Amino acid sequence: MISLFYVAAIVAVIASMLVIIQVNVVHALIYLVLSLLAIAVVFFSLGAPFVAVLEAIVYAGAIMVLFLFVVMMLNLGHASRQQERVWLATSGWLLPSLLAGVLFWGVVSSLPSIDLSVSVIGAREVSIRLFGPYVLAVELASFLLLAGLVSAYHIAKR
Amino acid sequence: MNWEVGSGLNIASVLIVVIVIAAMLIWVERRLLGFWQDRLGPNRVGPFGLLQVVADMIKIFTKEDWVPPFSDRFSFVLAPGIIMIVILMSFSVIPFAPGVGVINSNIAVLFVLAMASLGAYSVMLGGLSSNNKYALLGSLRAAAQMVSYEVFMGISLLGVVALAGSFNLREIVVAQENGWFIVPQFVGFVIFLIAGVAESHRLPFDIPEAEQEICAGYHTEYSGMKFGMFFVGEYLGLVLISSLITVLFFGGWHGPLLPPIVWFVIKAAIFIAFFILLRAAIPRPRYDQLMTYGWLFLLPLSLLNLLITGALILL
Amino acid sequence: MSTLIKKSLFAKLLALVKDTLTSQVVSLWKVFRHLWVATDTVQYPEQQPYMFPRWRGRIILTRDPEGEERCVACNLCAVACPVDCIALQKTEDEAGRWYPEFFRINFSRCIMCGFCEEACPTNAIQLTPDFEMAEYKRQDMVWEKEDLLISGTGKYHESNFYRVSGKAIKGKDKGEARNESSPVDVRSLLP
Repeated sequence: MISLFYVAAIVAVIASMLVIIQVNVVHALIYLVLSLLAIAVVFFSLGAPFVAVLEAIVYAGAIMVLFLFVVMMLNLGHASRQQERVWLATSGWLLPSLLAGVLFWGVVSSLPSIDLSVSVIGAREVSIRLFGPYVLAVELASFLLLAGLVSAYHIAKR
Repeated sequence: MNWEVGSGLNIASVLIVVIVIAAMLIWVERRLLGFWQDRLGPNRVGPFGLLQVVADMIKIFTKEDWVPPFSDRFSFVLAPGIIMIVILMSFSVIPFAPGVGVINSNIAVLFVLAMASLGAYSVMLGGLSSNNKYALLGSLRAAAQMVSYEVFMGISLLGVVALAGSFNLREIVVAQENGWFIVPQFVGFVIFLIAGVAESHRLPFDIPEAEQEICAGYHTEYSGMKFGMFFVGEYLGLVLISSLITVLFFGGWHGPLLPPIVWFVIKAAIFIAFFILLRAAIPRPRYDQLMTYGWLFLLPLSLLNLLITGALILL
Repeated sequence: MSTLIKKSLFAKLLALVKDTLTSQVVSLWKVFRHLWVATDTVQYPEQQPYMFPRWRGRIILTRDPEGEERCVACNLCAVACPVDCIALQKTEDEAGRWYPEFFRINFSRCIMCGFCEEACPTNAIQLTPDFEMAEYKRQDMVWEKEDLLISGTGKYHESNFYRVSGKAIKGKDKGEARNESSPVDVRSLLP
């Protein structure tokens, strides 16, 4: 399981970097989906299959589909790819990525080594937690979603 | 972790049988459609035309595998692979009989839903990368249709999940030992049936590939084996939906006298035939009718069904 | 107001369920019953379909009841032909009968419209119910007179041009045709 974790994590990191450096927005989205799926596998290997599948359904399956849907509508052609190339000039990414590298090193070296012995957390445990101690958070989230629903309805009415 | 993975022989046989059945369905569907339209259907190649599949395969393999120069090559090649992989992955959690099946998973229902939602990418990327108006229209329709029907599909299943108390398909089948879930969950079954047809975009809900309006929709530019993968993928989806209906609502392998696997195959075959009958009998609705029907009728109905089921379980 | 909306929504729902049952389910059942209806398919190469006698198929040239060629090379068929697939040239024999020296139909152009048959004054050119005319080479689609000419009378058994026309040929002088009186001798004063 631990090797699965490392493989998935490496895939997720590489895919996320590819998302940034792609000039074609559709390819970037495909790599983003790949990254999200790899993160789902990471969750799975750490003993949270329920969360893993929800990640795949909600993020990879629903939200990214809507992203792709929007990209389809925008009709991005050659010009946008050219624009992306300009933005990806070396002077643009060199210093920020140096900074990010330093930060990354700092975070990694300060991580405490933890035991990855996994205990499976299934749907039942997640649900009990959600509607037990975290019920307030669930209700707040549902408020937010309801607000989104009402505003979407309002916009669609026009 | 309690993941029971079947033996290599088990995995290989499930894979091969499923693909062979999906390929044979091409013949079965044409033959059945023929009978329902007072025709004979393909009956020339081999006995009863059974080898029609082989002839089709030879044709499709030897055809020119053309990638349009105006297409986005990366996503164009990726798209047909996704649908095959995604649907074959879904079969890994289906319990065919006691001891037959690939994985005994605790999140099987969710896994199937996740794979179904990833299947949307195949259709969308296929249409988007073709750089073709009809293909783009087809994939726009497909995206809207699949994203909205996934919702009802998931919610309609939750009644069954609540009754069985598990996401594990094998446990759901075991829970139906004394009565199929079609009885308490009839509404859920109807919604799942409709959503299943829309999800595998078969006729009457084949709006993404409506030949009469938008050529062949998202696979207009595909040829050769890439088209073949879309084609077989559609039949694999048909087999998958039929197996799921069997498992979730019709007691899976349960049945008297005959061995469990035979019962499973009989039940699944009835639903496959039913889907073909749907194709033969029901005309295609308009795109806006499909969306209105989904959001304004099926979604409230499935939520109501879930509410009532939950209330009855609690009482 | 709210009761009105509720009522109309409920009525809509009821109508939808009723439509589903009376329209969709009924049509499913009606189509399903066709499993036991005999098929209309004719298994063609083994089982020949019935071809109607007036079907417009392969073109033939026929002979009159005496076994002579009916065609008098009048060129009306070639004129009538909308795709110009008929070519022929007139010649005469020592008996005074006209007939085509060659008669050529290009079946790769022919659209089987039957205008030639309608134009023909002697019932020589006729269309038959035969449609199996596929060839591997395009040149084989061009049929010459010896391919077109049959030894029978075709659809019209009695038609015999030279026996009703005033044209004199060997063995049939002027006035000897059917329903024809002898020519008037304008130099004679006898009634």
